[in-house]
Amino acid sequence: MMERFDCMIVGGGHGGAQAAIALRQAGFAGSIGLIGDEPVIPYDRPALSKEYLAGKKSFDRLQLRPPELWNEREVVLRLGRRVIALDSSAKVVVCDNDTAIGYGVLIWAAGGEPRPLSCPGHNLSGVHTIRNKGDCDRLLSALPTSQHIAVIGGGYIGLEAAAVLRELGKEVTLLEAQDRVLARVAAEPVSRFYEAEHRTHGVEILLGTGISELTARDGAVSGVRLQNGTAIAADQVIVGIGIMPAIGPLLAAGAEATRGETGILVDDFCRTTLPDVYCIGDCTIMRDGPGIRIESVQNANEQAQTAAKAVCGKPQPLRLVPWFWSNQYDLRLQTIGLSLGYDQTVLRGNLVDREFSLVYLKDGAVIALDCINATRDYVQGRKLVEAHAHVDPALLADDRIPLKDIAIAA
Amino acid sequence: MQFTVKTRDGDLHSVEAHVGLSLMENIRSAGIEELLAICGGSLSCATCHIYIENLPGGAELSSKSQDEEDLLEASDYLKPNSRLSCQVVFQPPMDGMRIVVAPDE
Repeated sequence: MMERFDCMIVGGGHGGAQAAIALRQAGFAGSIGLIGDEPVIPYDRPALSKEYLAGKKSFDRLQLRPPELWNEREVVLRLGRRVIALDSSAKVVVCDNDTAIGYGVLIWAAGGEPRPLSCPGHNLSGVHTIRNKGDCDRLLSALPTSQHIAVIGGGYIGLEAAAVLRELGKEVTLLEAQDRVLARVAAEPVSRFYEAEHRTHGVEILLGTGISELTARDGAVSGVRLQNGTAIAADQVIVGIGIMPAIGPLLAAGAEATRGETGILVDDFCRTTLPDVYCIGDCTIMRDGPGIRIESVQNANEQAQTAAKAVCGKPQPLRLVPWFWSNQYDLRLQTIGLSLGYDQTVLRGNLVDREFSLVYLKDGAVIALDCINATRDYVQGRKLVEAHAHVDPALLADDRIPLKDIAIAA
Repeated sequence: MQFTVKTRDGDLHSVEAHVGLSLMENIRSAGIEELLAICGGSLSCATCHIYIENLPGGAELSSKSQDEEDLLEASDYLKPNSRLSCQVVFQPPMDGMRIVVAPDE
């Protein structure tokens, strides 16, 4: 007889794990199955490019819950398998081991796959991504015999990896296609600050670089050749150029996605256009949201709770105020809000002190802050972002005035 | 060694304590779900807020960093005995301590 779960969760990351936990917290009494393509129980993914890569935390300490807890909560884990097809009218998924599993309600939380390079050599041995534990373990096992690492991509993952690798004493060259790092998520002052910090720590950064191929020696990667002809030697290459949402089976089943299929469209309750199919986490785009994927633990958690409540008949619409963090060297970047579409920035504090915030405004309203070693601004700025506050930029720029003391004119 | 956690529903839970791990990690391992600890202990959020209710004589807590103080300050439920549980490492003299999970923000 075919296995069947009253609620089936596809994806064993933060979203999937939190969905299972939140269902039980909300009183869901039916059976719960969680299908994950990794062979290990859910764990803290952001730590991979930070404490885990640095060897500061063992895998045991990354587990979101101890192994026995899933049993206690009666969450059946089906690990090491991937869902390859969905029949939303028969309410069945098919896994890559040819098993079919039935469901009453489906929560899709499959996240994303690292976007691969498209140039020749992209799949050579020694080319790494940092998305899951297996990726990270392969990289870690190669590090002792590697001295020079090329990091492709100057986003959070690439920069965090570069910082850890420098602390491990490796030579690091970071290649970014844009003319600055963090170009997708931050304004230029923040980008230039991080660029300078990484250079100070010994990272060689090349901006505006197109890659023509990854070169090989004895079947393994030996370096990167740029479009301008420059050759960069590398024992290992790490590619951190974003993700592609893992939504193939949902698309094939007819779930509505954005134009360009950048994510599955969900409503304020994380419902897709398929009956009894919810979607949460990195692979979603909120219908009434900013139109981009919010790739964060916070979003995965909040969407998981939103979906779980809706499944349990206690729907509460999600109003997400996104926040993010990134730790590099002794720099703690905390972001509140989304800077997308900003038309003005205000600097608070100064870059020399390595403690400052960049406030993003749109049409005169505060929409986001990037806070570097400035937790107080991060905490107090949240209220300005939530209120969509109209504030005199001169007040924002004066870091002697705490943000909480700035009157909010919404 | 153990400590006691009072959850938001008023229930008391005895938690087996692992020395050298944070209170957050100990609480999470015990299966107490209402502590979200979203950032995993990297001092970037305030979703593991607790109160230290009863500390055995002789036990001393590490003092709060400025970042921890700032994060706690954002809570509507800040009290003098507030801590982020990811920032308090369990040590043997704390055996028998009692903590309370702060209300949901």
